[in-house]
Amino acid sequence: MSLALEPVADPAAPLARRNPVAKLGAALLFTVPLIATLDPLTPTIGLAIELAVMPLFGVRYRVLTGRAWPLALAGAGILVAMVLFAADRNGELLLALGPFAITTGVLSGALGLVLRVFAVALPGIVVFATTDPTDLADALVQNVKAPARFAIGALAAVRLLPLLGAEWQALALARRARGVDAGRNPVARLRLFGSTAFALLVAALRRGGRLAVAMDARGFDSGVPRTYARRQLFTRADAALLVISALLSAAALTTTVLAGLFRPIVG
Amino acid sequence: MSEVVLRGFGWRHAGRRAWAVRGVDLRIGHGERVLLLGPSGAGKSTVLAALAGLLPEDSGEAEGEIEIDGLDPRKARENVGILFQDPQTQLVMARSGDDVAFGCENRGVPPSDIWPAVAAVLDRVGFRYGLDRPTAALSGGEQQRLALAGALVTRPRLLLLDEPTANLDPAGGALVRDAIARADDADATEILVEHRDLPSVDRVVVLEPGGGVRADGPPAAVFAEHGDRLAAEGVWVPGRPLPQRRAIGPAGDLLVRAEAVAVRHRLAPISLAACAGEVLAVTGPNGAGKSTLALTLGGLLAPTSGRMRAFGDDRPPHRWRAAELTQRIGSVFQNPEHQFVTSRVADELALGPRTLGRDPRPVVDELLERLHLGHLAAANPYTLSGGEARRLSVATALATAPRLLVLDEPTFGQDRRTWIELVDLLAGLRAAGHGVVAVTHDEAFVTSLADRVADLPATACCASASAQRVAG
Repeated sequence: MSLALEPVADPAAPLARRNPVAKLGAALLFTVPLIATLDPLTPTIGLAIELAVMPLFGVRYRVLTGRAWPLALAGAGILVAMVLFAADRNGELLLALGPFAITTGVLSGALGLVLRVFAVALPGIVVFATTDPTDLADALVQNVKAPARFAIGALAAVRLLPLLGAEWQALALARRARGVDAGRNPVARLRLFGSTAFALLVAALRRGGRLAVAMDARGFDSGVPRTYARRQLFTRADAALLVISALLSAAALTTTVLAGLFRPIVG
Repeated sequence: MSEVVLRGFGWRHAGRRAWAVRGVDLRIGHGERVLLLGPSGAGKSTVLAALAGLLPEDSGEAEGEIEIDGLDPRKARENVGILFQDPQTQLVMARSGDDVAFGCENRGVPPSDIWPAVAAVLDRVGFRYGLDRPTAALSGGEQQRLALAGALVTRPRLLLLDEPTANLDPAGGALVRDAIARADDADATEILVEHRDLPSVDRVVVLEPGGGVRADGPPAAVFAEHGDRLAAEGVWVPGRPLPQRRAIGPAGDLLVRAEAVAVRHRLAPISLAACAGEVLAVTGPNGAGKSTLALTLGGLLAPTSGRMRAFGDDRPPHRWRAAELTQRIGSVFQNPEHQFVTSRVADELALGPRTLGRDPRPVVDELLERLHLGHLAAANPYTLSGGEARRLSVATALATAPRLLVLDEPTFGQDRRTWIELVDLLAGLRAAGHGVVAVTHDEAFVTSLADRVADLPATACCASASAQRVAG
């Protein structure tokens, strides 16, 4: 999935406006318990809840499909791999393709895994699609007391990422201009990739160093307690978001246990 | 206002044998505006970094004294603002207003005072956009103007400007000079290093490369006495004529022809030809697609429409194998470091001939000699100065003896001496029957050397450009 650098959802939606740390925390509280079981029911319930609350975050389903297609690709890959290589082939035989016996057991295991990938990844996508990186860094520093040197430093580094793309293209073209190309030879290609990547790394480090000096010149390392130009507030609504997501996750797990399908990941 | 005093000041970076700067005695009074001059390597930027308190004690060895209002610069940091060359590595935040506020936050300014201060300083430098304007959407000149606001927002009593326009095209440079002039504060002391378009100042201080101060006084007096020597050392002393190198003979055979060549979103359809024995300058505003055109002519980028024909080959240049390409067309990028692929200068030069199965030694020796790189044969290309790196990047393109040379902003950021060497070198190549295409913003370069100019129009999407002959 493409890591959204700019929010693509409606920023005025009721849940999109919540504190970034609350959103991130809610995503974690909701998804981590889902990993505790191997059955397909829990992630199905989880996904249903996630899709239902999506409009509250201002994310439109069409935008979501556009962003989540690499995830769908990964899901399909897992499905194929599991069907081909599953060790546990119990259950009713549905189809025999030479050495590959496709049974209900294989299918439910594979489906469970694919659904889990979706159920865990989706909240992350929603959080980053509805959160401005600056707000996230502010909230990390102000609400969970993350070190500013780390949070603001990472934010400044993220700003330099798009430059790397342009730099990579220039480096690749410059190598061709120097008479260095790999043709169809895979080993030469790998070596060329390595040397270009190294040059990119050197350039990125230099740039990062210059940025760090410029930030310190503006007092980033002054040791004076920082003030905040933008206030990130953690309100009762944010706390409620955390509690509700934990409750929803617990409800999904409880349903699975009551249905007798709970298959703990450990033991 | 700040008073700056240097007494026998020197600094040597850790791990270096030579002193970056040494034996500098200088007193700069409250509210003065001083230009630091000197050939490259004289230590101008080191003096500014020291004054900005950006040389930590463990990063090198200091000598003598340096004081701002009687304080060690490392302790006077909140009274000092500095603006560097590259806007990209000075902006921290995604939104313009947030970026200016960054310095206030770091200094612990109360939140209620931050936004009024940000608005006031943006107005002072003439920033034309709102606080929410993404910093990435600004032109280089606007970004640098914003960075100036970021340096000024905490009302420094000493402002240091380290070549603030060197990374910008002429329009961007003019924007930043305008911002600096607008923001001029009679209460602040200003020390600046500038490259080509020297600003008007009260006082010029010339640093001697070996150490000490060579000259100190009003600009007119300093340039009258030391101008010739400074110009010979590569300083862009104002009002000095540049050599004119017009073609002696007519242009030769056609080397490359572009027929309605376009690159989607980057270059509008253009038709032009480059010939042997001729220098073609490609000019035009930012975003017109000049660099894209250079890449296309250089056989590095495939046009999305139109036709490229070169060297009588049926295939367009971008389909040639790299080794074949380097024998016919040499490309020199704006950033020389992009093109370095080995760890020694001599190896850089040997790479091209060796790939073609030729004996590299005679070529390497000749180019080292011709481009004054002999003493650097064993040096790492990444450690070269700007002028040396530029000469090496041109030399690597020449090593495979291509008939056409395509250069992107070859004179950008170069000192006067390298500039003249480059113009002479290209004039020599033209006389020897090579074709030269140069993308450039540098009007003096066009006047000195170009036989023809292709001026690309401002918009990259609609109009088509055509080459025209320079009058005279």
